[in-house]
Amino acid sequence: MSNDSLGRVETKSFIHKDSFSLKSGKTLQGFEMVYQTYGELNEAKDNAILICHALSGNHHVAGLSEDDKKGWWDDMVGPNKAFDTNKYFIVGSNNLGGCHGSTGPNSINPENNTAYGSSFPMVTVGDWVKSQDFLRTHLGLPYWYAVVGGSLGGMQALQWSIDYPDLVKKIVVIAAAAKLSAQNIAFNEIARQAILADPNYNSEDKLPKTGLGLARMLGHITYLSDDAMREKFGRDMKKGEVNFSYDVEFEVESYLRYQGESFSNRFDAHTYLLMTKVLDYFDPAESHEGDLAKTLKSVTAKTLLIAFSSDWRFSPERSRELADAFIEAEKDVSFLEIDSPHGHDAFLMPSETYDSAVETFLEKNE
Amino acid sequence: MNKLIGNFIQSNARVLDLGCGDGSLLAFLKKNNQVKGLGLEIDHKKIQECLQKDVSVIDQDIDSGLSNFQDQSFDAVIMSQSIQALRKPEVALEEITRIGKEAIISIPNFANWRCRLQLIFGGTMPVSSALPHDWYSTPNIHLCSLKDFEKLCVDHGADILDRQLLTFDGEERSFMKVAPNLLTEIALYRVKARN
Repeated sequence: MSNDSLGRVETKSFIHKDSFSLKSGKTLQGFEMVYQTYGELNEAKDNAILICHALSGNHHVAGLSEDDKKGWWDDMVGPNKAFDTNKYFIVGSNNLGGCHGSTGPNSINPENNTAYGSSFPMVTVGDWVKSQDFLRTHLGLPYWYAVVGGSLGGMQALQWSIDYPDLVKKIVVIAAAAKLSAQNIAFNEIARQAILADPNYNSEDKLPKTGLGLARMLGHITYLSDDAMREKFGRDMKKGEVNFSYDVEFEVESYLRYQGESFSNRFDAHTYLLMTKVLDYFDPAESHEGDLAKTLKSVTAKTLLIAFSSDWRFSPERSRELADAFIEAEKDVSFLEIDSPHGHDAFLMPSETYDSAVETFLEKNE
Repeated sequence: MNKLIGNFIQSNARVLDLGCGDGSLLAFLKKNNQVKGLGLEIDHKKIQECLQKDVSVIDQDIDSGLSNFQDQSFDAVIMSQSIQALRKPEVALEEITRIGKEAIISIPNFANWRCRLQLIFGGTMPVSSALPHDWYSTPNIHLCSLKDFEKLCVDHGADILDRQLLTFDGEERSFMKVAPNLLTEIALYRVKARN
């Protein structure tokens, strides 16, 4: 099908020249933010949708990059897809602290003309949303028709509705939570320790690839369901029999090592550390003594929450808690728990129920 | 029926429809009573239809409890012809009157004369337009009569404020007053928690 792809897409860059103060108290002397756009902004400028990325995502949401790579949500964003680029002007940006072009640990610190590395300041979801709002102004958008995201991306959509109630009409929060559980923080801590314990961490000329790979292997397990792994690998062996060694024997080991290795070649360890901290710190209700319903009082956006039955990293219960807070705050909220065997990763995969819920929710106008 | 329920509901009320189906009732109340509505439904096709009608809906099974809803947080809670399909109607009634300042509940009357005749002379479980299922596949596991429902209200702390006696099509018929438990096909109640 030739009509379902965006084809080649272009990355653009926006430079914010003024200093940008972060929640941590630190300041960035301006920043660069790379982004992509798909579809056309209509005359009324009321069809713009911001898609926020998750931990390992970036601004390349859909279409083909210059090196022929598909965007991370290409299955759902494009002409006639759930996020229909024939109808909407869709924006994807790379978050600050990222490693795909926006200001982050690989950027040069103007104060000492060397790369930030581990000295890049901690950022928060609130900081990201604030920086995305500068991008909105830069693009000449009066407001977002919708802000959307899965996982950490969903947290940004939620934060948008809280921080800028007048600038977002609808939010879609997918496979997310209002804050991380202790178990979730624990997984992130192991991922960080894997990186921090790598002898190459903070080395001048070597990268902590082993640590980053390990972190990714762990993360990957938590994104899949037990059933999905059983289905995919079972106890299949590489060579059909055990050979009593620590080499790769089971298919699942081979798969995980491959995932870890390829990830460590395309992602930055400092960014990974940062992103896990952004997740851990996310707790918008903090500003209201932990009362999420009170925090949501200012929200005006119509809200759609989606969770997936087999997701145990951000389980449907976390989304239900969020739904309950929206209801308590007397907000306009819908919630859908979709049956899926794919675990947390289900948010990346189109399905009939998922696509049509998103499409219908976005389509309906007051 | 939508209109009759609408008569029980103040304009601008906050309304929770338990088992809201395709959202028609809430869409009707939104248009005619300017209510702020929320539906509960578990059938994903129906949830889809709710979204199409711009009706807010939560994917939640009533049988798994309603403890996530705050006390007296809705002006009206509606349960339209579904209390008989719940596992624990008595718990549901208590929950509905806890959550809603008022509750609007309709029930198909199993003591209607047609049902009685089918059982007495046909010797089979009654099947009708309000209760169209065979005994083995019916979702209606807790059928009751008007008398039964009214006793449930007495026993579980609910006061009946209003009662309307209707046909299957939701038409009012004054002759039903002669023998409500025998003649009524569907009864519509407005109840609230006893103080």
